[in-house]
Amino acid sequence: MAMLKMKSWTLRFVAQTMLLLFWSAMAVWAIGPKDSSPHGTNIFAPASTPAKAISDLSVFVLVITGIIFVVVFALLAYSVIKFRGRAVDAGREPAQVYGSTQIELAWTIIPILIVIVLFLATARVLHAVQDAPQPPGAIEVTAIGHQYWWEFRYPKLGVVTANELHIPVSNPANPTPTFLTLLSADTDHSFWIPELAGKTDLIPNHPNRMWMDPLRTGIFLGQCAQYCGVQHAKMLLRVSVDSPADFAAWVRGQQQPAVQDASVATGRRVFESNACMNCHAVAGTNANGRFGPDLTHLMIRATIASGAASNTPENLRLWIQDPNAIKPGSLMPAMKLNDSDLDAVVSYMETLR
Amino acid sequence: MSSNAITIPGVQIDEKPWVDTLHEWVTTVDHKRLGVLYILYALLFLVVAGVEALIIRIQLMFPHNHFVSPQVFNRLFTMHGTTMVFFMGMPILFGFANYLVPLMIGARDMAFPRLNAFSFWLSAMGGFLLYFSLVGANGLYGAGNAPDAGWWAYAPLTARAFSPGHSTDYWTLALLVSGFGSIGTAINIIATILCMRCPGMKLNRMPLLAWLNLVMAGMVLLAVSPLTAAQFMLLIDRYLGGHFFDTQAGGSAMLWMHFFWIFGHPEVYVLIIPCFAFMSEIIPVFSRKPIFGYPVMVAATVCIGFVSMSVWAHHMFSVGMNSYANSFFTITTMAVGVPTGIKIFNWLGTMWGGKIQFKVPMLFCIAFLFQFLTAGLTGIMLGSAAFDSQLTLSYFVVAHFHYTLVGGVVFGVFAALYYWYPKITGRILNETLGKLHFWLFLIGFHLTFDLMHIPGLLGMPRRIYTYEPGRGWDTVNLLISVGGFIQAIAVVIFAANLVVSYFKGKKAGNDPWDAWTLEWATSSPPPAYNFASIPLVASRRPLWDLKHPEDQ
Ligand code: HEC
Ligand SMILES: [Cu+2]
Ligand SMILES: [Cu+2]
Repeated sequence: MAMLKMKSWTLRFVAQTMLLLFWSAMAVWAIGPKDSSPHGTNIFAPASTPAKAISDLSVFVLVITGIIFVVVFALLAYSVIKFRGRAVDAGREPAQVYGSTQIELAWTIIPILIVIVLFLATARVLHAVQDAPQPPGAIEVTAIGHQYWWEFRYPKLGVVTANELHIPVSNPANPTPTFLTLLSADTDHSFWIPELAGKTDLIPNHPNRMWMDPLRTGIFLGQCAQYCGVQHAKMLLRVSVDSPADFAAWVRGQQQPAVQDASVATGRRVFESNACMNCHAVAGTNANGRFGPDLTHLMIRATIASGAASNTPENLRLWIQDPNAIKPGSLMPAMKLNDSDLDAVVSYMETLR
Repeated sequence: MSSNAITIPGVQIDEKPWVDTLHEWVTTVDHKRLGVLYILYALLFLVVAGVEALIIRIQLMFPHNHFVSPQVFNRLFTMHGTTMVFFMGMPILFGFANYLVPLMIGARDMAFPRLNAFSFWLSAMGGFLLYFSLVGANGLYGAGNAPDAGWWAYAPLTARAFSPGHSTDYWTLALLVSGFGSIGTAINIIATILCMRCPGMKLNRMPLLAWLNLVMAGMVLLAVSPLTAAQFMLLIDRYLGGHFFDTQAGGSAMLWMHFFWIFGHPEVYVLIIPCFAFMSEIIPVFSRKPIFGYPVMVAATVCIGFVSMSVWAHHMFSVGMNSYANSFFTITTMAVGVPTGIKIFNWLGTMWGGKIQFKVPMLFCIAFLFQFLTAGLTGIMLGSAAFDSQLTLSYFVVAHFHYTLVGGVVFGVFAALYYWYPKITGRILNETLGKLHFWLFLIGFHLTFDLMHIPGLLGMPRRIYTYEPGRGWDTVNLLISVGGFIQAIAVVIFAANLVVSYFKGKKAGNDPWDAWTLEWATSSPPPAYNFASIPLVASRRPLWDLKHPEDQ
């Protein structure tokens, strides 16, 4: 009997601690650091209206499910401990109870009510997030998913860029949200910046829309969330939320054609006499390929290859020499340039601000 | 009732040369042997897919780890998922259904014994084809390739443009072939339960295990058929110039998603309902009480069966359906929580006022209850479409469905193995090893899958072969991997127990657990014909009647 008692206690103890640990860990980790820079990817640290609506709903759902968890857990643990078999009454069977209509009615109706509440709360947020009208001041961006990088087009502003999205911070009094049209050039992808909005997939032949109105400036991180092929893991996303002045300056810069620098004419010739120009565009030159990222203002970006490496001269050289060394499976081939051509083309790249 | 109806003489087995034994097993149409074959075959794949999982976990232990290449990683998670669902989960549950249903309803075999053997060998062939891709795929370019489009194989990744070579074809064929096997087994289970019950075994006296397997089989028919159709369409796309899913020729990626999830969601219930069945048989016996609310349990299962047919698009909350569709699939998904909750409460009601015996099968059942409760609640979170737009495609989902499939299905299967092993082999599994297995597996499971929710909330997507340091994902991932290895050790102990107890285990006798259903009325292992004379039953618990004549 002592044995039995001990076992049930250990059972209860371990089970309980593990699960309590789980919930407290979830709470602690979820709250996490908030003002680090760049911003993290915590879904409970929202920095825009849709993310905030979702996060508030999430907390509500967590509280309700948390209460259910505690109550049912306690009932289960109680019955396991209270009704453990004892050696003294071995051989005698307990009272044979077959059911009870009242009790079963109760535990049918209460869950139904809870479900209705959770459904209404969800439907409200769905409507607020998905059916929000686009205000006149909104920025429009077309995001196109490629294996394994992002293309961003601002049709009204005449800007084409890649991998790092710039959007203005939105002042609630005079909102300037960004509305994205999501397209795909190849397989499915998913646009996910946890602190700015929930995910929306980019699916070929199925244009999607989403929006976000960041309330703080800074860099927000995310990455492709829908498995899209070999390098799904290194299809990272950076969103720079700029002050209105910074954003305007960035747009003006992007609208310029590429810098023409005579000192790197060799590099430019290498670029234009190799296949580079069939895959990449550099505005103001003959290079107008669309298979790879637009390089017109490459050096403005902090990272290359969709966040796979930081944008340093060494990384740039390594990338052009052998993209597989940084991002195995990437769709840019190793161009097998000789060392002098390589140096020249890297110098050319470095002038593209 | 008359007691002589269910007394069985022991059977004498003669020594035979091993070739003869092998031949008998390969050509068998006996439901018990086929059941055992299914179970062994599934355990083999459990080990294979388990090793794949461990390699995945080694790769994810540290950020920027280089244990495997991205290509290999993508094959590993595709093969792990496909194998666990189709060649471990379904077969092992079909194995138990095959073994137990006829015995529990007092029949001598399944309704169509030869269809049964055919279905098993089709499923076996499916698993073989999947792994044959490692040798045969990639045609002219050399071998050594495995499917890598993920276990949902979303279009257009499976189009020839993105999946050249033949690995995707092996994946398609494997699912096609085993799909026919599953349909055959489902028809067989339905026919057996509806037509082969012994005298007195009215539908409302059937053990819950039979009821739940009836619902499961019905769902297999409805769910596997669209998947099989979709596989044909995919083959047509790839080889006959069709454009169902070929987006570059105007096909629809969404169409595949609908086909796949209209199979995929019911599939999770196909896997969990048989485990509900195990709970509904084992918990009463070790609580020494009948199941609480039998009719409600049946109704709740049938209800789950129906409602879960209309929730599939909750796997598609991020694909851009409008707010009305998202709301619809939110309410249907949450609605499934009601009958599922009823089941948990009824198991609770069964234990309430009982005299619980903490035998190893019961330990697994108790852990199942706690874990299934948690999985159900995270399921409610995922069912809320707006919340899900953050959670879906992240590690939170991975944690949730492993909570149901490991914390639920695998714990349920272990409970069933400990409980029915004595019937199948005539010997009881060693209790000490069993408890060691249970506790280690429990600790490993919680370490891995409790923690796995966290990186999801912190923005870690699933299916990435490596990740950036400094996002709060590092330590958690290391601990998750450690938990995986603890589970692996527990499974090794279990395997040792299976072997050791087979030769040295305590003799079981007919009825080691003092249970109430018909399978315990015959010898362990049962003779080929199951029952010397067909039993006659007068209640839901024929052996209780026998042991408690005063109750009549
Ligand atoms: C077959 C088409 C192709 C050719 C040829 C090609 N690239 Fe690329 N390039 C790509 C693709 C695709 C990417 C994006 C890869 C990724 O992030 O996965 C890329 C990325 C880059 C990047 C990083 C851009 C960024 O914003 O992250 C640079 C720089 C670059 N290429 C330079 C070159 C140079 C220089 C050459 C010629 C020596 C060249 N590429 C030839 C397709 C090509
Ligand atoms: Cu992607
Ligand atoms: Cu589902």
